[in-house]
Amino acid sequence: MPTRIQKQARPDTMLLNMGPSHPAMHGTIRIMLELDGERILNSEVEVGYLHRGFEKTCENRTYFNLLPYTDRLNYVSPLINNVGYVMTVEKMLGVKVPERAQYIRVIMSELSRISDHLTCLAAMAMECGAFTAFLYKMKAREFLWDVIEQTTGARMTTSYIRIGGVRADLHPDFDAVLKKGVEETRLVLKDVHGLLDKNKIFLNRTRDVGIMSREDALAFGWTGPCLRSTGVSYDVRKAQPYLVYDRLNWEVPLGERGDNFDRYMVRMKEMEQSLRIIEQAAVRIPGSSPDLTAEGLPPAQAIKESRRRRVRRGIALSPNLEGSEEARYRDILAADRGFVVPPKEETYTTIEGLIDHFKFFMRGHGLRPPQGEVYFAVEGGNGELGFYIVSDGTDRPYRLHLRAPCFHIVAALEQLIRGRYVADVIPTFGSMNMIGGELDR
Amino acid sequence: MEEKTILERLRQAFPTGIRESGTSLGDEVVVIDKEILLPVAAYLKDGPGDFKILLDLTCVDFPGREPRFEMVYHFFSLSRNRRLRVKAQVSEGELRIASLTSLWRNADWLEREVYDLFGVQFEGHPDLRRLFMYDGFEGHPLRKDYPLRRRQPLIHLKE
Repeated sequence: MPTRIQKQARPDTMLLNMGPSHPAMHGTIRIMLELDGERILNSEVEVGYLHRGFEKTCENRTYFNLLPYTDRLNYVSPLINNVGYVMTVEKMLGVKVPERAQYIRVIMSELSRISDHLTCLAAMAMECGAFTAFLYKMKAREFLWDVIEQTTGARMTTSYIRIGGVRADLHPDFDAVLKKGVEETRLVLKDVHGLLDKNKIFLNRTRDVGIMSREDALAFGWTGPCLRSTGVSYDVRKAQPYLVYDRLNWEVPLGERGDNFDRYMVRMKEMEQSLRIIEQAAVRIPGSSPDLTAEGLPPAQAIKESRRRRVRRGIALSPNLEGSEEARYRDILAADRGFVVPPKEETYTTIEGLIDHFKFFMRGHGLRPPQGEVYFAVEGGNGELGFYIVSDGTDRPYRLHLRAPCFHIVAALEQLIRGRYVADVIPTFGSMNMIGGELDR
Repeated sequence: MEEKTILERLRQAFPTGIRESGTSLGDEVVVIDKEILLPVAAYLKDGPGDFKILLDLTCVDFPGREPRFEMVYHFFSLSRNRRLRVKAQVSEGELRIASLTSLWRNADWLEREVYDLFGVQFEGHPDLRRLFMYDGFEGHPLRKDYPLRRRQPLIHLKE
Protein backbone atom coordinates (compact mmCIF):
# COMPACT_ATOMS: atom_id res chain seq x y z
CA MET A 1 0.00 0.00 0.00
CA PRO A 2 1.35 3.42 -0.86
CA THR A 3 2.08 5.71 2.00
CA ARG A 4 1.26 9.35 1.98
CA ILE A 5 4.19 11.65 1.31
CA GLN A 6 5.38 13.33 4.46
CA LYS A 7 7.07 16.67 4.17
CA GLN A 8 10.08 15.85 6.26
CA ALA A 9 10.04 12.10 5.91
CA ARG A 10 13.55 11.64 4.61
CA PRO A 11 16.05 14.46 4.89
CA ASP A 12 18.04 13.58 1.78
CA THR A 13 15.14 13.47 -0.68
CA MET A 14 13.53 16.15 -2.75
CA LEU A 15 9.82 16.78 -3.25
CA LEU A 16 8.72 17.77 -6.74
CA ASN A 17 5.30 18.76 -8.01
CA MET A 18 4.25 17.66 -11.47
CA GLY A 19 1.11 19.53 -12.27
CA PRO A 20 -1.65 20.47 -11.79
CA SER A 21 -0.62 22.68 -14.70
CA HIS A 22 2.05 20.90 -16.63
CA PRO A 23 2.33 20.38 -20.39
CA ALA A 24 2.47 16.63 -19.98
CA MET A 25 -0.40 16.36 -17.51
CA HIS A 26 -3.32 16.13 -19.92
CA GLY A 27 -6.06 18.05 -18.25
CA THR A 28 -5.28 18.82 -14.67
CA ILE A 29 -3.85 16.29 -12.30
CA ARG A 30 -1.13 16.67 -9.74
CA ILE A 31 1.60 14.16 -9.08
CA MET A 32 3.79 14.78 -6.06
CA LEU A 33 7.08 13.00 -6.38
CA GLU A 34 9.57 12.21 -3.68
CA LEU A 35 12.89 11.97 -5.46
CA ASP A 36 16.28 10.60 -4.71
CA GLY A 37 18.18 12.27 -7.49
CA GLU A 38 16.15 11.32 -10.57
CA ARG A 39 14.68 8.19 -9.04
CA ILE A 40 11.14 8.20 -7.73
CA LEU A 41 10.96 6.81 -4.21
CA ASN A 42 7.36 7.60 -3.57
CA SER A 43 4.57 9.47 -5.26
CA GLU A 44 1.10 10.68 -4.63
CA VAL A 45 -1.51 11.39 -7.27
CA GLU A 46 -4.07 14.06 -6.54
CA VAL A 47 -7.20 14.27 -8.68
CA GLY A 48 -10.36 16.32 -8.53
CA TYR A 49 -9.28 19.50 -10.27
CA LEU A 50 -11.96 18.99 -12.89
CA HIS A 51 -14.70 17.80 -10.57
CA ARG A 52 -17.88 19.45 -11.79
CA GLY A 53 -20.46 17.49 -9.84
CA PHE A 54 -21.67 15.56 -12.87
CA GLU A 55 -23.61 13.03 -10.83
CA LYS A 56 -25.25 15.65 -8.61
CA THR A 57 -26.23 17.72 -11.65
CA CYS A 58 -27.76 14.70 -13.37
CA GLU A 59 -29.96 13.96 -10.37
CA ASN A 60 -31.54 17.36 -10.93
CA ARG A 61 -32.10 17.09 -14.69
CA THR A 62 -34.62 15.08 -16.64
CA TYR A 63 -33.50 12.01 -18.55
CA PHE A 64 -33.74 13.95 -21.79
CA ASN A 65 -32.06 17.11 -20.51
CA LEU A 66 -28.95 15.55 -19.06
CA LEU A 67 -27.75 14.11 -22.35
CA PRO A 68 -25.42 17.05 -23.17
CA TYR A 69 -23.65 16.58 -19.85
CA THR A 70 -22.55 13.13 -20.97
CA ASP A 71 -20.73 14.71 -23.93
CA ARG A 72 -18.42 16.33 -21.46
CA LEU A 73 -17.30 13.17 -19.71
CA ASN A 74 -14.78 11.69 -22.08
CA TYR A 75 -14.59 14.75 -24.28
CA VAL A 76 -12.43 13.02 -26.86
CA SER A 77 -15.06 10.42 -27.70
CA PRO A 78 -18.38 12.04 -26.75
CA LEU A 79 -20.47 9.80 -28.97
CA ILE A 80 -19.56 6.69 -27.01
CA ASN A 81 -20.66 8.42 -23.81
CA ASN A 82 -23.96 9.26 -25.49
CA VAL A 83 -24.40 5.65 -26.54
CA GLY A 84 -23.60 4.38 -23.06
CA TYR A 85 -26.03 6.66 -21.30
CA VAL A 86 -28.80 6.31 -23.85
CA MET A 87 -28.62 2.52 -23.92
CA THR A 88 -28.78 2.39 -20.13
CA VAL A 89 -32.02 4.36 -20.17
CA GLU A 90 -33.31 2.26 -23.05
CA LYS A 91 -32.61 -0.87 -21.07
CA MET A 92 -34.78 0.51 -18.28
CA LEU A 93 -37.56 1.61 -20.60
CA GLY A 94 -37.39 -1.40 -22.88
CA VAL A 95 -37.21 0.62 -26.11
CA LYS A 96 -36.59 -1.13 -29.39
CA VAL A 97 -34.24 0.81 -31.65
CA PRO A 98 -34.51 0.57 -35.46
CA GLU A 99 -31.72 -1.31 -37.16
CA ARG A 100 -30.49 1.62 -39.19
CA ALA A 101 -30.06 3.65 -36.01
CA GLN A 102 -28.09 0.78 -34.47
CA TYR A 103 -25.70 0.73 -37.39
CA ILE A 104 -25.33 4.51 -37.22
CA ARG A 105 -24.50 4.18 -33.54
CA VAL A 106 -21.85 1.58 -34.26
CA ILE A 107 -20.22 3.71 -36.96
CA MET A 108 -20.26 6.78 -34.75
CA SER A 109 -18.86 4.85 -31.77
CA GLU A 110 -15.99 3.49 -33.79
CA LEU A 111 -15.17 6.87 -35.33
CA SER A 112 -15.02 8.24 -31.80
CA ARG A 113 -12.90 5.35 -30.61
CA ILE A 114 -10.36 5.98 -33.34
CA SER A 115 -10.19 9.67 -32.58
CA ASP A 116 -9.84 8.83 -28.90
CA HIS A 117 -6.92 6.49 -29.53
CA LEU A 118 -5.37 8.93 -31.99
CA THR A 119 -5.47 11.71 -29.43
CA CYS A 120 -3.96 9.55 -26.74
CA LEU A 121 -1.14 8.25 -28.88
CA ALA A 122 -0.51 11.64 -30.47
CA ALA A 123 -0.01 13.25 -27.08
CA MET A 124 2.10 10.35 -25.89
CA ALA A 125 4.35 10.50 -28.94
CA MET A 126 4.68 14.25 -28.76
CA GLU A 127 5.76 14.12 -25.15
CA CYS A 128 8.42 11.65 -26.12
CA GLY A 129 9.63 14.14 -28.74
CA ALA A 130 7.96 12.65 -31.81
CA PHE A 131 6.27 15.76 -33.04
CA THR A 132 5.81 14.47 -36.58
CA ALA A 133 3.71 11.56 -35.41
CA PHE A 134 1.64 14.00 -33.38
CA LEU A 135 0.84 16.14 -36.42
CA TYR A 136 0.04 13.14 -38.59
CA LYS A 137 -2.40 11.77 -36.06
CA MET A 138 -4.04 15.13 -35.58
CA LYS A 139 -4.49 15.27 -39.33
CA ALA A 140 -6.26 11.91 -39.37
CA ARG A 141 -8.45 13.03 -36.51
CA GLU A 142 -9.53 16.06 -38.50
CA PHE A 143 -10.77 13.85 -41.30
CA LEU A 144 -12.74 11.71 -38.87
CA TRP A 145 -14.21 14.73 -37.18
CA ASP A 146 -15.29 16.01 -40.57
CA VAL A 147 -17.40 12.89 -40.89
CA ILE A 148 -18.85 13.37 -37.43
CA GLU A 149 -19.43 17.08 -37.92
CA GLN A 150 -21.19 16.60 -41.21
CA THR A 151 -23.85 14.36 -39.75
CA THR A 152 -24.11 15.48 -36.13
CA GLY A 153 -23.51 19.18 -36.64
CA ALA A 154 -20.78 19.38 -34.01
CA ARG A 155 -17.23 18.21 -33.65
CA MET A 156 -17.05 17.39 -29.99
CA THR A 157 -20.18 18.12 -27.99
CA THR A 158 -22.50 16.25 -30.27
CA SER A 159 -25.49 15.03 -28.21
CA TYR A 160 -26.35 13.14 -31.36
CA ILE A 161 -27.41 9.77 -29.99
CA ARG A 162 -30.89 10.11 -28.54
CA ILE A 163 -33.06 7.85 -26.46
CA GLY A 164 -34.82 5.65 -29.00
CA GLY A 165 -32.42 6.24 -31.85
CA VAL A 166 -30.30 9.07 -33.19
CA ARG A 167 -30.97 12.75 -33.72
CA ALA A 168 -30.85 12.83 -37.52
CA ASP A 169 -30.25 10.61 -40.46
CA LEU A 170 -26.86 10.41 -42.11
CA HIS A 171 -25.89 13.23 -44.39
CA PRO A 172 -26.50 12.51 -48.12
CA ASP A 173 -22.76 12.75 -48.79
CA PHE A 174 -21.86 10.62 -45.82
CA ASP A 175 -20.39 7.73 -47.77
CA ALA A 176 -17.95 9.87 -49.72
CA VAL A 177 -16.67 11.72 -46.67
CA LEU A 178 -16.44 8.52 -44.67
CA LYS A 179 -14.46 6.85 -47.42
CA LYS A 180 -12.00 9.71 -47.47
CA GLY A 181 -11.71 9.67 -43.69
CA VAL A 182 -11.04 5.94 -43.60
CA GLU A 183 -8.46 6.14 -46.39
CA GLU A 184 -6.59 9.01 -44.79
CA THR A 185 -6.60 7.32 -41.41
CA ARG A 186 -5.18 4.13 -42.94
CA LEU A 187 -2.36 6.12 -44.51
CA VAL A 188 -1.61 7.88 -41.24
CA LEU A 189 -1.58 4.63 -39.32
CA LYS A 190 0.91 3.23 -41.80
CA ASP A 191 3.09 6.32 -41.48
CA VAL A 192 2.96 6.24 -37.71
CA HIS A 193 3.86 2.57 -37.62
CA GLY A 194 6.87 3.43 -39.75
CA LEU A 195 7.83 6.38 -37.60
CA LEU A 196 7.52 4.88 -34.16
CA ASP A 197 7.56 1.07 -34.16
CA LYS A 198 11.32 0.72 -34.51
CA ASN A 199 12.28 4.17 -33.40
CA LYS A 200 15.06 3.76 -30.89
CA ILE A 201 14.19 6.80 -28.80
CA PHE A 202 10.55 5.81 -28.61
CA LEU A 203 11.40 2.19 -27.82
CA ASN A 204 13.81 3.17 -25.07
CA ARG A 205 11.21 5.23 -23.38
CA THR A 206 8.32 2.81 -23.72
CA ARG A 207 9.61 -0.76 -23.94
CA ASP A 208 9.67 -2.38 -20.47
CA VAL A 209 8.67 0.87 -18.84
CA GLY A 210 5.53 0.99 -16.74
CA ILE A 211 5.00 -2.75 -16.72
CA MET A 212 1.68 -3.93 -15.36
CA SER A 213 1.24 -7.57 -14.51
CA ARG A 214 -1.95 -9.36 -15.43
CA GLU A 215 -2.88 -9.96 -11.79
CA ASP A 216 -2.34 -6.35 -10.81
CA ALA A 217 -4.32 -5.12 -13.78
CA LEU A 218 -7.28 -7.21 -12.65
CA ALA A 219 -6.86 -6.16 -9.03
CA PHE A 220 -6.95 -2.53 -10.12
CA GLY A 221 -10.09 -3.08 -12.16
CA TRP A 222 -8.41 -2.17 -15.46
CA THR A 223 -10.46 -2.61 -18.59
CA GLY A 224 -10.11 -1.63 -22.21
CA PRO A 225 -6.86 -1.36 -24.19
CA CYS A 226 -4.79 -1.11 -21.01
CA LEU A 227 -6.09 -4.45 -19.72
CA ARG A 228 -5.75 -6.06 -23.13
CA SER A 229 -2.13 -4.93 -23.31
CA THR A 230 -1.44 -7.32 -20.43
CA GLY A 231 -2.88 -10.21 -22.41
CA VAL A 232 -6.36 -10.47 -20.92
CA SER A 233 -8.95 -10.73 -23.63
CA TYR A 234 -11.87 -8.74 -22.35
CA ASP A 235 -13.77 -6.39 -24.59
CA VAL A 236 -17.36 -5.49 -23.74
CA ARG A 237 -18.20 -5.49 -27.45
CA LYS A 238 -17.23 -9.17 -27.66
CA ALA A 239 -18.10 -10.34 -24.16
CA GLN A 240 -21.59 -8.87 -23.97
CA PRO A 241 -22.34 -7.76 -27.51
CA TYR A 242 -24.64 -4.79 -27.81
CA LEU A 243 -25.99 -3.02 -30.89
CA VAL A 244 -24.88 -5.02 -33.94
CA TYR A 245 -21.29 -5.79 -32.95
CA ASP A 246 -21.94 -9.53 -32.99
CA ARG A 247 -22.86 -9.39 -36.69
CA LEU A 248 -19.54 -7.86 -37.77
CA ASN A 249 -16.18 -9.51 -38.20
CA TRP A 250 -13.36 -8.12 -36.13
CA GLU A 251 -10.74 -9.20 -33.65
CA VAL A 252 -9.55 -8.17 -30.23
CA PRO A 253 -5.83 -7.28 -30.37
CA LEU A 254 -3.83 -8.29 -27.33
CA GLY A 255 -0.46 -7.36 -25.88
CA GLU A 256 1.96 -9.52 -23.96
CA ARG A 257 4.05 -7.57 -21.52
CA GLY A 258 1.70 -4.83 -20.37
CA ASP A 259 4.31 -2.09 -20.76
CA ASN A 260 3.92 1.31 -22.39
CA PHE A 261 4.84 -0.02 -25.80
CA ASP A 262 2.19 -2.72 -25.63
CA ARG A 263 -0.40 -0.16 -24.67
CA TYR A 264 0.65 1.88 -27.70
CA MET A 265 0.58 -1.18 -29.97
CA VAL A 266 -2.81 -2.42 -28.78
CA ARG A 267 -4.32 0.98 -29.47
CA MET A 268 -2.76 1.09 -32.93
CA LYS A 269 -4.13 -2.33 -33.81
CA GLU A 270 -7.48 -1.54 -32.32
CA MET A 271 -7.82 1.42 -34.64
CA GLU A 272 -7.35 -0.89 -37.59
CA GLN A 273 -10.08 -3.15 -36.25
CA SER A 274 -12.34 -0.15 -35.77
CA LEU A 275 -11.78 0.80 -39.40
CA ARG A 276 -12.79 -2.71 -40.35
CA ILE A 277 -15.97 -2.40 -38.31
CA ILE A 278 -16.78 0.94 -39.89
CA GLU A 279 -16.29 -0.37 -43.41
CA GLN A 280 -18.49 -3.40 -42.82
CA ALA A 281 -21.17 -1.41 -41.07
CA ALA A 282 -21.21 1.21 -43.81
CA VAL A 283 -21.94 -1.51 -46.35
CA ARG A 284 -24.49 -3.45 -44.35
CA ILE A 285 -26.45 -0.51 -43.01
CA PRO A 286 -30.07 -0.72 -44.15
CA GLY A 287 -30.96 2.07 -46.55
CA SER A 288 -33.18 4.89 -45.47
CA SER A 289 -36.71 5.05 -46.79
CA PRO A 290 -37.25 7.15 -49.88
CA ASP A 291 -37.96 10.73 -49.12
CA LEU A 292 -41.71 11.19 -48.90
CA THR A 293 -41.81 14.90 -48.36
CA ALA A 294 -42.33 17.31 -51.21
CA GLU A 295 -39.56 19.46 -52.57
CA GLY A 296 -39.48 23.04 -51.81
CA LEU A 297 -39.94 25.57 -49.15
CA PRO A 298 -37.52 26.61 -46.41
CA PRO A 299 -38.59 25.47 -42.92
CA ALA A 300 -40.08 28.70 -41.57
CA GLN A 301 -42.08 29.32 -44.71
CA ALA A 302 -43.29 25.76 -44.90
CA ILE A 303 -44.60 25.91 -41.37
CA LYS A 304 -46.31 29.25 -42.02
CA GLU A 305 -47.80 27.90 -45.19
CA SER A 306 -49.22 24.84 -43.54
CA ARG A 307 -50.79 26.96 -40.79
CA ARG A 308 -52.43 29.25 -43.28
CA ARG A 309 -53.97 26.53 -45.31
CA ARG A 310 -55.07 24.47 -42.37
CA VAL A 311 -54.22 21.31 -44.18
CA ARG A 312 -51.27 19.05 -43.72
CA ARG A 313 -49.10 19.03 -46.72
CA GLY A 314 -45.66 17.73 -47.20
CA ILE A 315 -43.14 20.06 -45.71
CA ALA A 316 -39.64 19.70 -47.05
CA LEU A 317 -37.18 20.49 -44.36
CA SER A 318 -33.51 19.85 -44.32
CA PRO A 319 -32.65 16.19 -44.50
CA ASN A 320 -30.31 16.75 -41.63
CA LEU A 321 -30.36 18.84 -38.52
CA GLU A 322 -32.14 22.04 -39.33
CA GLY A 323 -35.64 21.13 -38.46
CA SER A 324 -37.59 17.99 -38.57
CA GLU A 325 -37.70 14.94 -40.70
CA GLU A 326 -40.84 13.03 -40.10
CA ALA A 327 -40.19 10.90 -43.14
CA ARG A 328 -36.99 9.57 -41.64
CA TYR A 329 -38.32 8.95 -38.18
CA ARG A 330 -39.14 5.31 -38.67
CA ASP A 331 -35.60 4.61 -39.84
CA ILE A 332 -33.73 6.24 -37.03
CA LEU A 333 -36.04 6.56 -34.03
CA ALA A 334 -38.10 4.17 -32.02
CA ALA A 335 -41.71 3.74 -33.04
CA ASP A 336 -43.09 4.46 -29.60
CA ARG A 337 -44.13 8.10 -29.46
CA GLY A 338 -43.73 8.39 -25.72
CA PHE A 339 -39.98 7.92 -25.85
CA VAL A 340 -38.96 10.31 -28.61
CA VAL A 341 -39.53 13.96 -29.41
CA PRO A 342 -42.42 14.10 -31.91
CA PRO A 343 -41.54 15.39 -35.37
CA LYS A 344 -41.86 19.12 -35.81
CA GLU A 345 -44.24 18.79 -38.73
CA GLU A 346 -46.72 17.19 -36.41
CA THR A 347 -46.08 19.53 -33.51
CA TYR A 348 -46.77 22.58 -35.62
CA THR A 349 -49.67 21.29 -37.66
CA THR A 350 -51.73 18.91 -35.56
CA ILE A 351 -53.20 19.14 -32.10
CA GLU A 352 -52.10 15.59 -31.25
CA GLY A 353 -48.55 16.43 -32.17
CA LEU A 354 -48.65 19.51 -29.99
CA ILE A 355 -49.95 17.48 -27.06
CA ASP A 356 -47.25 14.88 -27.64
CA HIS A 357 -44.66 17.62 -27.63
CA PHE A 358 -45.89 19.16 -24.39
CA LYS A 359 -46.23 15.78 -22.74
CA PHE A 360 -42.64 15.09 -23.60
CA PHE A 361 -41.18 18.29 -22.26
CA MET A 362 -43.53 19.26 -19.43
CA ARG A 363 -42.21 19.01 -15.90
CA GLY A 364 -43.24 15.75 -14.31
CA HIS A 365 -44.08 14.14 -17.64
CA GLY A 366 -41.69 13.01 -20.31
CA LEU A 367 -39.54 9.94 -19.90
CA ARG A 368 -40.35 8.16 -16.70
CA PRO A 369 -38.64 4.78 -16.42
CA PRO A 370 -40.21 2.36 -13.97
CA GLN A 371 -38.83 2.12 -10.46
CA GLY A 372 -35.70 0.09 -10.22
CA GLU A 373 -32.03 0.16 -10.93
CA VAL A 374 -29.92 -0.76 -13.89
CA TYR A 375 -26.29 -1.12 -14.82
CA PHE A 376 -25.23 -1.12 -18.41
CA ALA A 377 -21.78 -0.87 -19.91
CA VAL A 378 -20.36 -0.18 -23.34
CA GLU A 379 -16.77 -0.34 -24.48
CA GLY A 380 -15.51 3.22 -24.23
CA GLY A 381 -12.23 4.52 -25.51
CA ASN A 382 -10.55 3.58 -22.24
CA GLY A 383 -12.50 0.50 -21.29
CA GLU A 384 -15.76 -0.46 -19.73
CA LEU A 385 -17.88 2.68 -19.54
CA GLY A 386 -20.76 1.78 -17.26
CA PHE A 387 -23.77 3.73 -16.10
CA TYR A 388 -25.61 2.80 -12.92
CA ILE A 389 -28.99 4.48 -12.71
CA VAL A 390 -31.51 4.24 -9.89
CA SER A 391 -34.99 5.33 -10.88
CA ASP A 392 -37.76 6.22 -8.46
CA GLY A 393 -40.38 6.44 -11.18
CA THR A 394 -40.13 10.20 -11.72
CA ASP A 395 -38.73 12.03 -14.74
CA ARG A 396 -35.31 12.53 -13.15
CA PRO A 397 -32.80 9.85 -12.22
CA TYR A 398 -32.73 9.33 -8.47
CA ARG A 399 -29.07 8.47 -8.66
CA LEU A 400 -26.77 8.28 -11.65
CA HIS A 401 -23.29 6.90 -11.24
CA LEU A 402 -20.67 6.61 -13.91
CA ARG A 403 -18.13 3.84 -13.90
CA ALA A 404 -15.27 5.77 -15.44
CA PRO A 405 -12.67 3.44 -16.95
CA CYS A 406 -9.70 5.74 -16.56
CA PHE A 407 -10.45 6.26 -12.86
CA HIS A 408 -9.24 2.72 -12.21
CA ILE A 409 -6.32 3.05 -14.59
CA VAL A 410 -4.96 6.28 -13.11
CA ALA A 411 -5.33 4.78 -9.62
CA ALA A 412 -2.48 2.44 -10.56
CA LEU A 413 -0.13 5.23 -11.65
CA GLU A 414 1.63 5.46 -8.29
CA GLN A 415 2.59 1.83 -8.51
CA LEU A 416 3.77 2.00 -12.11
CA ILE A 417 6.20 4.86 -11.58
CA ARG A 418 7.65 3.81 -8.25
CA GLY A 419 11.37 3.18 -8.56
CA ARG A 420 11.52 4.61 -12.07
CA TYR A 421 13.01 7.88 -13.30
CA VAL A 422 11.18 11.16 -13.59
CA ALA A 423 11.31 10.95 -17.38
CA ASP A 424 9.42 7.63 -17.26
CA VAL A 425 6.41 9.33 -15.76
CA ILE A 426 5.67 11.07 -19.06
CA PRO A 427 5.22 8.07 -21.41
CA THR A 428 3.64 5.99 -18.66
CA PHE A 429 1.08 8.63 -17.91
CA GLY A 430 0.60 9.31 -21.61
CA SER A 431 -0.13 5.67 -22.41
CA MET A 432 -2.88 5.57 -19.78
CA ASN A 433 -5.01 8.10 -21.64
CA MET A 434 -6.22 9.93 -18.61
CA ILE A 435 -9.24 12.08 -19.47
CA GLY A 436 -10.03 14.66 -16.82
CA GLY A 437 -13.72 14.96 -17.55
CA GLU A 438 -14.27 11.26 -17.09
CA LEU A 439 -11.90 10.82 -14.17
CA ASP A 440 -13.14 13.67 -12.00
CA ARG A 441 -16.69 13.82 -13.32
CA MET B 1 -29.11 -22.62 -15.01
CA GLU B 2 -25.66 -21.72 -13.97
CA GLU B 3 -26.66 -18.26 -12.91
CA LYS B 4 -28.92 -19.76 -10.31
CA THR B 5 -26.09 -21.70 -8.84
CA ILE B 6 -23.96 -18.71 -7.92
CA LEU B 7 -26.84 -17.16 -6.03
CA GLU B 8 -27.70 -20.52 -4.50
CA ARG B 9 -24.12 -21.17 -3.57
CA LEU B 10 -23.93 -17.81 -1.87
CA ARG B 11 -27.05 -18.65 0.08
CA GLN B 12 -25.56 -21.98 1.11
CA ALA B 13 -22.24 -20.49 2.14
CA PHE B 14 -23.85 -17.64 4.07
CA PRO B 15 -27.16 -18.96 5.36
CA THR B 16 -27.85 -16.09 7.71
CA GLY B 17 -26.56 -12.89 6.16
CA ILE B 18 -28.27 -12.94 2.77
CA ARG B 19 -31.46 -10.92 2.79
CA GLU B 20 -32.59 -11.04 -0.81
CA SER B 21 -31.37 -12.39 -4.08
CA GLY B 22 -32.77 -12.31 -7.55
CA THR B 23 -32.43 -10.69 -10.91
CA SER B 24 -33.38 -7.21 -11.99
CA LEU B 25 -33.39 -6.36 -15.71
CA GLY B 26 -31.01 -9.19 -16.40
CA ASP B 27 -28.55 -8.33 -13.67
CA GLU B 28 -28.08 -10.60 -10.69
CA VAL B 29 -28.53 -8.82 -7.40
CA VAL B 30 -27.79 -9.90 -3.86
CA VAL B 31 -28.65 -7.87 -0.78
CA ILE B 32 -26.54 -8.81 2.22
CA ASP B 33 -25.99 -7.69 5.81
CA LYS B 34 -23.08 -5.31 5.94
CA GLU B 35 -21.36 -7.42 8.61
CA ILE B 36 -20.66 -10.23 6.15
CA LEU B 37 -19.49 -7.98 3.30
CA LEU B 38 -15.83 -8.87 3.63
CA PRO B 39 -16.32 -12.67 3.77
CA VAL B 40 -18.80 -12.53 0.90
CA ALA B 41 -16.39 -10.48 -1.18
CA ALA B 42 -13.54 -12.87 -0.43
CA TYR B 43 -15.78 -15.80 -1.32
CA LEU B 44 -16.77 -14.17 -4.59
CA LYS B 45 -13.20 -13.40 -5.50
CA ASP B 46 -11.57 -16.73 -4.69
CA GLY B 47 -14.57 -19.05 -4.64
CA PRO B 48 -16.29 -20.80 -7.52
CA GLY B 49 -17.72 -17.54 -8.86
CA ASP B 50 -14.26 -16.31 -9.81
CA PHE B 51 -15.21 -12.64 -9.64
CA LYS B 52 -11.72 -11.28 -10.07
CA ILE B 53 -12.63 -7.71 -10.98
CA LEU B 54 -14.24 -5.14 -8.74
CA LEU B 55 -15.95 -3.11 -11.42
CA ASP B 56 -17.51 -0.43 -9.39
CA LEU B 57 -18.38 0.65 -5.92
CA THR B 58 -20.81 3.40 -5.08
CA CYS B 59 -23.46 4.50 -2.67
CA VAL B 60 -27.06 5.69 -2.86
CA ASP B 61 -28.66 8.01 -0.34
CA PHE B 62 -32.29 7.47 0.69
CA PRO B 63 -33.09 10.15 3.26
CA GLY B 64 -36.06 9.23 5.40
CA ARG B 65 -35.56 5.56 4.91
CA GLU B 66 -33.94 3.43 7.55
CA PRO B 67 -31.17 2.39 6.98
CA ARG B 68 -30.42 5.51 5.00
CA PHE B 69 -27.46 4.54 2.83
CA GLU B 70 -27.10 1.67 0.43
CA MET B 71 -23.66 0.57 -0.73
CA VAL B 72 -23.65 -0.92 -4.24
CA TYR B 73 -20.82 -3.16 -5.47
CA HIS B 74 -20.45 -4.48 -8.98
CA PHE B 75 -18.25 -7.51 -9.51
CA PHE B 76 -17.24 -9.06 -12.78
CA SER B 77 -16.12 -12.59 -13.49
CA LEU B 78 -13.92 -12.96 -16.55
CA SER B 79 -14.15 -16.72 -16.77
CA ARG B 80 -17.94 -16.74 -16.50
CA ASN B 81 -18.46 -13.44 -18.31
CA ARG B 82 -20.98 -12.28 -15.78
CA ARG B 83 -21.62 -9.31 -13.55
CA LEU B 84 -22.98 -9.45 -10.04
CA ARG B 85 -24.39 -6.63 -7.98
CA VAL B 86 -24.06 -6.81 -4.21
CA LYS B 87 -25.86 -4.34 -2.02
CA ALA B 88 -25.50 -3.68 1.68
CA GLN B 89 -27.40 -1.18 3.75
CA VAL B 90 -25.72 1.19 6.17
CA SER B 91 -27.64 3.26 8.69
CA GLU B 92 -26.89 6.89 9.37
CA GLY B 93 -26.28 6.25 13.07
CA GLU B 94 -23.56 3.73 12.37
CA LEU B 95 -22.07 4.97 9.14
CA ARG B 96 -19.31 2.45 8.64
CA ILE B 97 -18.68 -0.62 6.54
CA ALA B 98 -15.73 -2.92 5.96
CA SER B 99 -13.16 -1.82 3.42
CA LEU B 100 -12.34 -4.00 0.42
CA THR B 101 -8.83 -2.59 0.01
CA SER B 102 -7.32 -5.85 1.21
CA LEU B 103 -8.87 -7.70 -1.74
CA TRP B 104 -8.90 -5.20 -4.62
CA ARG B 105 -6.45 -2.38 -5.11
CA ASN B 106 -8.87 -0.03 -6.85
CA ALA B 107 -11.12 -0.12 -3.79
CA ASP B 108 -8.68 2.40 -2.36
CA TRP B 109 -9.74 5.29 -4.58
CA LEU B 110 -13.34 4.13 -4.95
CA GLU B 111 -13.84 4.12 -1.20
CA ARG B 112 -12.15 7.47 -0.86
CA GLU B 113 -14.61 8.81 -3.41
CA VAL B 114 -17.61 7.44 -1.51
CA TYR B 115 -16.20 8.77 1.75
CA ASP B 116 -15.74 12.16 0.11
CA LEU B 117 -19.16 12.42 -1.48
CA PHE B 118 -21.31 10.53 1.04
CA GLY B 119 -19.35 10.44 4.28
CA VAL B 120 -19.36 6.67 4.70
CA GLN B 121 -16.47 5.43 6.86
CA PHE B 122 -14.56 2.39 5.68
CA GLU B 123 -13.02 0.24 8.41
CA GLY B 124 -9.60 -0.97 7.48
CA HIS B 125 -8.93 1.57 4.75
CA PRO B 126 -5.27 2.59 5.03
CA ASP B 127 -5.62 6.24 4.10
CA LEU B 128 -9.21 7.44 4.16
CA ARG B 129 -9.39 11.07 3.05
CA ARG B 130 -11.22 13.13 0.47
CA LEU B 131 -10.51 12.40 -3.17
CA PHE B 132 -12.24 15.05 -5.28
CA MET B 133 -13.01 17.78 -2.76
CA TYR B 134 -10.34 19.69 -0.91
CA ASP B 135 -9.43 19.30 2.73
CA GLY B 136 -11.69 21.44 4.83
CA PHE B 137 -14.73 21.07 2.56
CA GLU B 138 -17.86 20.96 4.68
CA GLY B 139 -20.47 18.28 4.15
CA HIS B 140 -20.82 15.56 1.55
CA PRO B 141 -22.11 16.84 -1.78
CA LEU B 142 -23.85 13.78 -3.16
CA ARG B 143 -26.13 13.43 -0.16
CA LYS B 144 -29.66 14.40 -1.02
CA ASP B 145 -29.77 17.05 1.72
CA TYR B 146 -26.77 18.91 0.31
CA PRO B 147 -28.20 21.83 -1.70
CA LEU B 148 -27.49 21.77 -5.42
CA ARG B 149 -26.32 25.37 -5.57
CA ARG B 150 -24.44 25.67 -2.31
CA ARG B 151 -21.05 27.26 -2.89
CA GLN B 152 -17.96 26.77 -0.82
CA PRO B 153 -15.16 28.69 -2.47
CA LEU B 154 -11.75 27.71 -1.27
CA ILE B 155 -10.50 31.25 -1.58
CA HIS B 156 -12.36 34.42 -0.72
CA LEU B 157 -14.27 35.69 -3.73
CA LYS B 158 -14.55 39.39 -4.45
CA GLU B 159 -18.10 40.69 -4.59
